[in-house]
Amino acid sequence: MKSFKGKMLCLDRSDINTDEIIPAKYLTEIDKAAMKPHLLEDLKLEGFDPAKDLDGVAVIVTRENFGCGSSREHAPWALEVNGINVVIAVSFARIFRQNMFNCGMLAIELPLETIQSLMDLKGLVDLSVDVDAGTLTAVSQDGQVSTAFFISEFDRALVKTGGWVEYADQHY
Amino acid sequence: MGQTIAEKIFETHLKDTPFGDVSVLSLDRVFCHEITTPTAIQDLVARDKDRVFDPDKIKAVIDHVTPAKDSKTAMQGKILRDWARRHGITDFFDIGNNGVCHAIFPEKGFVRPGFTVIMGDSHTCTHGAFGAFAAGVGTTDLEVGILKGVCTFKTPETFRIDIKGTLQPGVFAKDIILEVIRQVTVDGATNMVIEFGGPVVDAMDMDQRMTLSNMAVEAGATSGICLPDQTTVDYLWPFIKDEFKSRQAALAEYSRFCSDADAIYAKTLTLDVTDLAPMVTFGYKPDKVTPVADMAGTPVDQVYIGSCTNGRLEDLRVAAHVLKGHHIANTVRAIVSPATPDIFSKALDEGIIKIFMEAGFCVTNPTCGACLGMSNGVLAHGEVAAATTNRNFNGRMGKGGMVHLMSPATAAATAIDGKIANSRLFGGAQ
Repeated sequence: MKSFKGKMLCLDRSDINTDEIIPAKYLTEIDKAAMKPHLLEDLKLEGFDPAKDLDGVAVIVTRENFGCGSSREHAPWALEVNGINVVIAVSFARIFRQNMFNCGMLAIELPLETIQSLMDLKGLVDLSVDVDAGTLTAVSQDGQVSTAFFISEFDRALVKTGGWVEYADQHY
Repeated sequence: MGQTIAEKIFETHLKDTPFGDVSVLSLDRVFCHEITTPTAIQDLVARDKDRVFDPDKIKAVIDHVTPAKDSKTAMQGKILRDWARRHGITDFFDIGNNGVCHAIFPEKGFVRPGFTVIMGDSHTCTHGAFGAFAAGVGTTDLEVGILKGVCTFKTPETFRIDIKGTLQPGVFAKDIILEVIRQVTVDGATNMVIEFGGPVVDAMDMDQRMTLSNMAVEAGATSGICLPDQTTVDYLWPFIKDEFKSRQAALAEYSRFCSDADAIYAKTLTLDVTDLAPMVTFGYKPDKVTPVADMAGTPVDQVYIGSCTNGRLEDLRVAAHVLKGHHIANTVRAIVSPATPDIFSKALDEGIIKIFMEAGFCVTNPTCGACLGMSNGVLAHGEVAAATTNRNFNGRMGKGGMVHLMSPATAAATAIDGKIANSRLFGGAQ
C-alpha cells in the first residue's frame, strides 16, 4: 500500500481539468518519471506557483469536479511521481477518480464544509489518512481537523491490493 | 419494473459484483490508440502478462500524432504496431489507412447496439450513438480490458434528455449539444449515462448522433446513448447483413435493448430547439456557451474543422456549402482534417476538398491533429481559435491559446470573416 500522509496543498478552485494537471503535449512520454516537472504547470490559480508550491506536497485538497476532461491516467501518474497519493475534493470526474483507485491511490470526497475547514487551516498543514478506519486528520500550528470519510469496500480493496491490475488478475 | 438501455446492457454483461459495490462487465470491444495504450502494453510486458483476451475484439489505430512528429511519438506508434502484430490484432489501422478513432471504428461497423465498449480516451462515449454502452477509461482499466476483457463500473443512473421542436437552418447537432452542456453544466451528469431521445434525435443521421454522444463526457457523463432504430440498422446493414435475414429482423433484435416505457430516470430534461440559435463557447469550460450573435466580431487567428466531434462527411459538406465561392479572411489561417481516409476520399469525389482548398484551407491527413495541441496546428501564446472540436480548456490547442467551440457551419463562416460569425445558413452576413 502507498503512503497517504504528509504536507497538504490547497487548490482553491473547482473544475481543475486534466489538461491543467498534465498538458497533452507531455502524453508522448512513456516513462512516468518524465512527467514530474510538468505537474499542474498550466494551472491558472492566483498565488499558485507550480515551480515552488509543489515541493514536498503529499496531499492535495480542492473543490468540485477535480480531474474533469481527458481519460489520461497521466494525471494520477504526474501526481504519483511527485509523491502525491491522495486528492481530497468535494467531487471528482468519474474517469479521474477511477484512475486514482486503479493505481492504488486515494480520491476522497468530503462535504464542502469539511473541505472549507481544511482550507482554513493556516501555515504548514500535515495530513494523514487511515485507510482501514476511513478517517483522516490534518494538523497545523493553530488547529486540527479530523473527519471520517467513505470509500466503497471495492475501492478500499484496490488501494490495499495496490490497484486494479493486481485485483483483476487475482479474481478474473 | 422497466429498465433503461444502460441497465439492460449491464444486466446482459454482468460478470461479478465485488462487495456489492460495483459491476464488473464483460467487454465486446476494447479500442486502442497510440497515446494511452503503449504504457498499458509496457506494464503488461513488465508483469510478464503480455497477453490479450481476444484479438478479434480488440481494435487499434494510430490517430493522435500521425505521421509521427518526433522520436517519442514514433516509439509510441512502434510499441502499438509491434503489439498488434505479435497478438494477431488484424483490425489495426496504421498510416495510410488510419483516422480518428471515434470516426473510423464506427465506419468499420465495429460497434453494435447492446455492446460494451471501452477505450483509453474520454470521447469513447461517441459510440453510444449506436445504442452501446461505451465509456472512456484510463490506462489501467484499458490494460485489464486487454488482458481480461472486463471493466468495472458503478451501476449508472440515467439522465434522459428529450430533444423536440424544429431546428432552424444553420443550427446543428453541435449547437444542440453545446446548449445541453450549458444547461446540464460540466459535472451535472457525472457518474450518469445520458440517454438522448425525442423526435429531433430520431430524425438525426448517425453522424449527427455521434456529435451528440461525443460531448456527453463534457457534462461529466459516463456514456451518451442514442436508442437503436431503423437509422442505426441502415447504417450497420453492410456489416450485419449476413447475421440477419432482413433489416426488420435486425431492428427487432436491437430494439430489445431500448429503454422500457416505464424505465426510471434519475434526471430528465426536455429541450425544445425551435428557437435555438447557433452556439459558441467562451472561456475555458465547455459549459460556458452563448449564442454566436453574442460573440460575433471576435477576431480569430486560426479556424480548425475536424476531430471526433465534427470531422465527418456531413460536417465537411455543411462547411463546404458555406465556403463555396468564398475565400477565408487574410487575417486568419484555416485547417481541415477529414476524420478518416474514407471521408477524405468521398470529400474528394464530391468536390468538397477543392472547395476547401480554393477557400484557402490547409487540408491535412486524417488525424486528431490540432484539437489537443499535440501535433499540428498548435496555437501561439495569446492566439484565438475557432474550432469544431470538443474542449476549450486553457492551453488545449497550445499554451496561452483560447479555443471557441462551434459547429462546422459557424467555423466556415468565421473563417470567411476572420471573426466569429453566424453562417449565411442562419442569416449571417456573407
